[in-house]
Amino acid sequence: MLLVRTLEEKLVSLYRGGQITGGVYIGKGQEAVSVACGLFLEKGDIFAPLIRDQAGRSAFGEPLIDVMRTYLGSRLGPMRGRDGNIHRGHPRNNELAMISHLGAMVSVTVGTLLAKRFRGEKNFVGLTCIGEGGMQTGSFHEGMNIAAVEQVPLVVVATNNHYAYSTPNDREFACDDLVERAIGYGFEGYNVDGTDLAACLDVIGGAVKRARAGRPPQLIVASVLRLSGHGEHDDASYVPEEMKRLPFARDCLKVAEQTIVDRNLVDSETLVEWRKAAVAQVDEAIAAAQKEPAPESEKEDWCALSTRDLVDHVSEDE
Amino acid sequence: MSLTYLEAIREAQAKLLRDDDRVFIYGQDVGGTFGGAFKATKGLAKEFPGRVLNTPISEDAIVGTAIGAAMQGMRPIVEMQFADFSSIALNQILNNAGTHYWRTGMPVPITVRLPSGGTKGSGPFHSQSMESIYAHYPGLIVMTPATVEDAYTMLIEAVAIDDPVVYCEHKYLYYHLKAEKLPDKGLPTGRARIAREGRDLTVVSYSAMTQESLAAAEELSREGLEVEVVDLRTVKPLDIDTVLASVARTGRLLCVGESFPWGGTTAEVVARVSSQGFHLLDAAPQRLNAKDTPIPYHPNLWSAHRPNAKNIVAKARALLRE
Repeated sequence: MLLVRTLEEKLVSLYRGGQITGGVYIGKGQEAVSVACGLFLEKGDIFAPLIRDQAGRSAFGEPLIDVMRTYLGSRLGPMRGRDGNIHRGHPRNNELAMISHLGAMVSVTVGTLLAKRFRGEKNFVGLTCIGEGGMQTGSFHEGMNIAAVEQVPLVVVATNNHYAYSTPNDREFACDDLVERAIGYGFEGYNVDGTDLAACLDVIGGAVKRARAGRPPQLIVASVLRLSGHGEHDDASYVPEEMKRLPFARDCLKVAEQTIVDRNLVDSETLVEWRKAAVAQVDEAIAAAQKEPAPESEKEDWCALSTRDLVDHVSEDE
Repeated sequence: MSLTYLEAIREAQAKLLRDDDRVFIYGQDVGGTFGGAFKATKGLAKEFPGRVLNTPISEDAIVGTAIGAAMQGMRPIVEMQFADFSSIALNQILNNAGTHYWRTGMPVPITVRLPSGGTKGSGPFHSQSMESIYAHYPGLIVMTPATVEDAYTMLIEAVAIDDPVVYCEHKYLYYHLKAEKLPDKGLPTGRARIAREGRDLTVVSYSAMTQESLAAAEELSREGLEVEVVDLRTVKPLDIDTVLASVARTGRLLCVGESFPWGGTTAEVVARVSSQGFHLLDAAPQRLNAKDTPIPYHPNLWSAHRPNAKNIVAKARALLRE
């Protein structure tokens, strides 16, 4: 969490300094939920993260340098300058590459699990993340339903950060509690306080365990406040001050740090050391990625098919 | 033994299921004892237990699931009940499957079967031809078989290709075309076929319009006019070399498609022939498409909405007079 917060704060300053093209989308305030998503997954499991899941991606094993490579547009990164920011993945390592169309990755994750079942694999799970915004798409509903029909070992972690870009909950949905949808989909559903790391580890860890053991698909709904804009271009001035004082608006990182100090798990000096170490790690990744070459249009392989002899030579007219 | 175009599609899928453990069929009503709205999977669920799966009415999730399975090494065949309903799955096909290799270096080998095109009485939502929409987007191969033999070999080829394939099978041809036997091998994917040789005019067509064009050519031959009919077979990749070679022989081009007229495959053919083979043309290239309205239900209207042998003949005559 600390590493990811440090990383994302650095991304924000690079963006403000004009060193990142496109957008920066951070998960500030959602690190506890997200890290819990990555921590319980094992080799062979599938992870389909979304926009605010840097913590989950890092916990799942995504190298820090690949984050910087993607944001800075390195040709050596997983997306090679062809896609940026949070639109990255390592599908060969089971970290799927999200598309921007929300809800679309739910059924894709279902498909990966179906394939594993076809092949006779055992003891695997898939976990995908969504927000309360994405939960309102048709694609999400279709994906949830088909997951339950197929009875695949899937965990869907939905973070209600109270805003879909600038739109508050009361214009997003009208049910009392999003977790009640679980029963309609044929999922088992649980709420969790997304500002409480211990609770996130407990509830999400439990869901992963249940899915792995063959229980029906699991829906977790975590409640937090998005502690940033939708992206760094957005100052989130539409969030009322009084909301920022509500319990779900607590900063999960501060809460976690306070808890471990209060419980004497570490002293505050150690915490300072951790912060320094995180900064050093992030700086190292940035320095390395900054030295790497950018893509060049003349050298680019402008080919959208892997089957080279089936490429349509339409561009030759130009 | 004689087989229809529809039976060829069924036989291809049976062979694929038999020969390749990675293949499964996913779609609405394809399983059980029902075997699909058109019976293209009849008996397959029984012959291949657990591999021909009924799905909810969720086109987006059906294709999404196929994409995920393909990422993990499977070779899913998706049956859309009607091509028209693939509009619900456009996002998964275009934005997920079509971009995946480009973005990540990992291709997504799904085959999406689209029962396409008009039959009388089917109306606006059960008659559409979607090939031009899919061909417009990068990262997809779009097949449009016009014969029983191609329906068979091209579907087998579609599943073997590592990239996503949209396979447009024509519902009118399902029962109207027959062949005595199925070939082991067809022309290479991406190669157009000269369906009939002629010296006076090139008619470029695909799918059911190849059959209409052949009927038109037959009628015109009785007047001494020799029409060469090119069957594109795949609209993407588009085999413009075969088209240009034909136009070099005839000097005249008419392109016939069943889709709506704005843009599309016929426009693409005319654009490429005009820019790459302008010097070959003795007259302005022409196209014939469906009308720019939704597809009508009543047979009187439907038969006038899409191109047919009769209006291909009329258009060809006019072009030959120039």
